[in-house]
Amino acid sequence: MKELEKLTYFPGCTLKDTARDFEISGMAVMEALGYVLEELERWNCCGTVFSLTDDDLMHQVAPVRDLLRAQEAGSEEIITLCSMCYGTLKRTSHFVNGNQERLDKLNAFMDKEIDYEGKVSVHHLLEVLRDRIGWEKIEERMTNPLEGLNVAPFYGCTLLRPQEIAIDDTDAPSVLQDLTTALWATPVDYPYAVECCGAYQVVDHREVIVERTHRILSAARRAGADVVIASCPLCHHNLRDTQKELIRTIPDYEEMPIIYFTQLMALAYGVEAGKIPTSLKAKIKHLQTVKGEG
Amino acid sequence: MIKKKEAAGEEQLALLELSMDEIVDKIEELSGQNVFDCYQCGMCSAGCPMADEMDLLPNQVLHALQVKDPDVMSANSMWICASCYTCQVRCPKEVDLAKVMEAMRQIYLRKQLDHVPLDDLSHREIRHLPQIAVVASFRKKTG
Amino acid sequence: MASKKPDKEMIHIHVMGKTYEVPAGLTIMDAMEYAGYRFTRGAGCRSGFCGACSTVYRHEGDYRLQFALACQETAQDGMYLVQLPFTPAPRAEYDIEKINPKENVLLQYYPEIARCVSCNTCTKACPQDIQVMDYIQAALRGDIAKTAELSFDCIQCGLCSMRCPADIKHYHMAQMARRIYGRYMSPVPQHLEDRLQEIAEGKFDAELDRLVSMSRKELEEAYAARVREEAPAESEKSE
Repeated sequence: MKELEKLTYFPGCTLKDTARDFEISGMAVMEALGYVLEELERWNCCGTVFSLTDDDLMHQVAPVRDLLRAQEAGSEEIITLCSMCYGTLKRTSHFVNGNQERLDKLNAFMDKEIDYEGKVSVHHLLEVLRDRIGWEKIEERMTNPLEGLNVAPFYGCTLLRPQEIAIDDTDAPSVLQDLTTALWATPVDYPYAVECCGAYQVVDHREVIVERTHRILSAARRAGADVVIASCPLCHHNLRDTQKELIRTIPDYEEMPIIYFTQLMALAYGVEAGKIPTSLKAKIKHLQTVKGEG
Repeated sequence: MIKKKEAAGEEQLALLELSMDEIVDKIEELSGQNVFDCYQCGMCSAGCPMADEMDLLPNQVLHALQVKDPDVMSANSMWICASCYTCQVRCPKEVDLAKVMEAMRQIYLRKQLDHVPLDDLSHREIRHLPQIAVVASFRKKTG
Repeated sequence: MASKKPDKEMIHIHVMGKTYEVPAGLTIMDAMEYAGYRFTRGAGCRSGFCGACSTVYRHEGDYRLQFALACQETAQDGMYLVQLPFTPAPRAEYDIEKINPKENVLLQYYPEIARCVSCNTCTKACPQDIQVMDYIQAALRGDIAKTAELSFDCIQCGLCSMRCPADIKHYHMAQMARRIYGRYMSPVPQHLEDRLQEIAEGKFDAELDRLVSMSRKELEEAYAARVREEAPAESEKSE
């Protein structure tokens, strides 16, 4: 059996509990593609958001510590599934890598650690899929093509903004659509693919998120989507959790299943996909039956 | 820790014990941005996902800073901002408005004027929230 | 008062800014008492277990503040000392029988753990060599078992919370984790359950009644004649 290639994997807090399905499906599909996501040892919460004031070094300590852990593990890069972790870690790597003054200050503060040399780079799993593995190979590995399934990509913010860390075009990205096509499903075009879900405002302005979700999911529904795929546990939570209120308050509201992009892949690969909404399972089964008959 | 009520601009200046001159200087220092780079094209407001909820639109916030209008400090804009960075990627002058918003929040947070009352948040409210939301919210709205 | 041996080494310590000459080799607590201080707060077991004698100190010539338990740490020449007999950290109120031990239960009752910036100041403040930052991180990601395991040696001295820039109450939160672990997660010791069942069924009632009604002489005789483990080998025996 061919040995699996190792990737240094940073999970982030939510992938260990509320977004477990993201990790489960991610690990399963990567294994199917010949990779093992090896979890970074002794990682800490990256901080979720990148600190935006020029004088602040305190809030850079957490993400820099994670870059240091990768260095300690002998790795030159970190791969993340969570887009928010990606954004923060990537911006941090730009902030400190190559900036000796900042490195010196941070290393002096973290006096119980070895010095971080500023050489670790950060990548999102989608970059690995697109740039290292390639859509052809991803298509090849499929066992249950998702033909006929209409998939609306929801990018959220941190994969694409700011420009310096964007993994694709900030206004018209295509990586999630290309992934969808590779799985023989149909990407759906709708105006909210790169919109913000509202992020942390869900804590004290939940009603705003409910409204956002309504707009985003209605647009996806109108464009004919059967499912929305996300890459961020916060987007996933916001869309799914506030949709419950829409179901409760709007008569005849049709629930839109929301899953992680790795779960979509897992369904196409016939590997462990975590919890899949019943309506989506039914839809896929129906499509496969129709295909069988046709 | 004082919960900031929707008070008029002047009251905010009294609360912060700062003049608008000092505030704008501090904002420029913390954000590294020049508020006069903005020529009010409105691209930021057009793309802002939270624009509907804001007392002052993103471009109006920048204008208020340019003319040193204290009402910008009592507007909810900086607190409802989701740091999505849509404004910054679309600005033709590359003004980092997200950083300006952060600087405005920091003026309060560094004076221990938190916007999310941790003591009032009950465990029932947190029960259904993933930690990613709580961590981010506290980072943006507590000092 | 015992007379001072002429060649006994003396050192200087500074307590809250005032200098004293004390014999070398004493613990901080003993040294302060030698200097004339009487601990009415901030002293307890004197064995490194109760966490009452939290001490902040600095070595002469060193800019760093360091932390210890006064009853355990040896006083050194030039030490600048202060005691912290109490940490005003609030404890969450909960009924261990009524809480739902979901993964984010710790975040629910101690939401400020979300403010952790991984600065590691808490770990540096801990006199018990606990990896405090690591257990806060475990709690943040919902790993109650790991939080309980890593915080096991905690004696509630409060130094971590005193130093934390995010005002986290590490030791109260960790205690909750350990309680949850014990109540809901650790495996049930079946032999204990069985024994409790036997007691409830009255298996030992007759014997206990008999013991309770014995005279002192009868008890002594019964004790001397009790069934014991085999005596140790001759070479290990000590009387």
